[in-house]
Amino acid sequence: MKRQKDVYTSKVKYKVSTTDRIISAITYIVYTIFAFVCVYPFYYIFINTISSNDLSQRGKVLFWPKELHFNNYKQVMQIPDLFMALKVSVERTVVGTLFTVVIAAFLGFMFTRETLWKRKLWYRFVAATMYFNAGIIPWFITMRNLHLTNNFWGYILPMAVQPFYIILCKTFVESVPKELQDAAEIDGAGTLRVFFSIIIPVIKPILATVAIFAAVAQWNAFQDTLLLVTDSKLYTLQFTLYQYINQASSLKALVNSSTSGANLAASLAHAQTATSIRMTVTIVVVTPIILVYPIFQRFFTKGIMIGAVKG
Amino acid sequence: MKKYFQNKRNRRGFREFLYILPFLILVAVFSYYPLYGWVYAFFDYKPPFPLSMDQFAGLKWFKSMVDNPVKLMQILRVLRNTFAMSGLSLLFSWFPMIFAVFLNEIKCVPFKKFVQTVTTLPNFISWVLVYSIAYCLLNSTGVVNSVLMNLGIIDSPQLFLQSGDHVWFKMWLWLTWKNAGWSAIMYIAAITGIDGELTEAAKVDGATRMQIIRHITIPSILPTYFVLVMLSLANFLSNGMEQYFVFENAFNKDSIQVLDLYVYNLAMGNGGYSLSTAISILKSVVSVLLLCCTNGISKLIRGEGFI
Repeated sequence: MKRQKDVYTSKVKYKVSTTDRIISAITYIVYTIFAFVCVYPFYYIFINTISSNDLSQRGKVLFWPKELHFNNYKQVMQIPDLFMALKVSVERTVVGTLFTVVIAAFLGFMFTRETLWKRKLWYRFVAATMYFNAGIIPWFITMRNLHLTNNFWGYILPMAVQPFYIILCKTFVESVPKELQDAAEIDGAGTLRVFFSIIIPVIKPILATVAIFAAVAQWNAFQDTLLLVTDSKLYTLQFTLYQYINQASSLKALVNSSTSGANLAASLAHAQTATSIRMTVTIVVVTPIILVYPIFQRFFTKGIMIGAVKG
Repeated sequence: MKKYFQNKRNRRGFREFLYILPFLILVAVFSYYPLYGWVYAFFDYKPPFPLSMDQFAGLKWFKSMVDNPVKLMQILRVLRNTFAMSGLSLLFSWFPMIFAVFLNEIKCVPFKKFVQTVTTLPNFISWVLVYSIAYCLLNSTGVVNSVLMNLGIIDSPQLFLQSGDHVWFKMWLWLTWKNAGWSAIMYIAAITGIDGELTEAAKVDGATRMQIIRHITIPSILPTYFVLVMLSLANFLSNGMEQYFVFENAFNKDSIQVLDLYVYNLAMGNGGYSLSTAISILKSVVSVLLLCCTNGISKLIRGEGFI
């Protein structure tokens, strides 16, 4: 009896052979390298932004910060363009996420309503858009005809209805006992009342998943700025960062203007260089992602597993 | 019709339809209406002016792809790049699977969690950030050059980003850096789904770890792998343009332009709206065919499609 129990409680040990040990060791080494390759770039850029710019410029800051200072961050925050871009990025992330989440929840719920007129047709109408794409030129011309170029809503409206998120919500709503809705309806609740009072509280977990995915997509979006926006008031952080990396000349002017004025007295070690600005902006742009990442990570597998179920 | 609305249930259904109508209009405007823009491929479209019938050009742009030798050379080069990049990804598509399999073998849970967390992170940063990181690491004073110079492997700083050598391979490396951890999650989920009794039974019978991996773990996650390979086959022509756009410069231009980037450059750089639309139409048609083919293959082999 006792022996039988052993078999099923995973107490059974592997036959640990030398080959196994070697494989184990190699596995640990290889995965340490993978982890290092993924972490070190962020760490390297971070320590360079808080180290003496002079040492950083000579490639001396590799493993820990040297001659700590936070001048780079103070000065980068004073660049007006960058502050504006930060504002645009935050705005589009907040507004865009709100739109995407509310629409995904509402349509996800509506597509489960058997009373909805031509329900199957509309569901297919929306879901089909996952599989085709007119291409960027026709899309761009459409946006121009709708006057959504150089327009804040050009960031929001095209990304508002996302079939994939709608399917996620629909699958989740379907798993909620139907009696809940029926009971509310017998008590006289209308469709919208059922949605706001019954469905929204129940499907919160999936809404969190959708919200985080949508927020990251909005924060990271770059192509729409590139295509639609020429007005520098609407540039996002991603786009500004891209410009900073590619346009050495404009950055030089920025560096000069920031060092020639009030900061003339700043020592050479703290004077900004083109590279130090680039690195600092990189950290500014990546920080929100790294901050929400731990919250976010809990939802991965859940989201993927639900997504794997066909809609 | 009148009778239809006398039924209370139907009236309610129609009201519900009115609730979702605004969103259906959004879908129609942003996803279906642009399809109408395909007509530009059959006109001599000059951007600022509205379309008029005397600009009708028939199949001129489709023919020019083949007739004009310069264009033909360009398109062939772009196709070569597209095939090379997608081919490399396809060739190494087993990597995330193996990554997941061996990650699962790690007994130390905190280490396993840590590796999984940090390797997934790059998936959530944009290509602009990836490029900016690449720039910071690889510029003449960056860490790669300092280390290589300290070790005496090179004498003078190398400009890795501003060179036309090994572009396909470098692009694949960055793509893998960004995506491998994320793709592995799918397999990790599949491995978690393997029946524990199967592995226990194998252990009792004296199977070694490698034998369990070979005969249980890998066969159990092969269906997942198969679906993902089919999907990447269906997307063979669509590499997206963002990665290649940010990494593109005068030195690597010839080997980095993939179809999506070429279509963009053609229209936005040279105002070739019509030709660019013509190319993207062809691309869409081929992509749909590929999707149908792979779906068909999947139906043949697994008995179910993935659409």
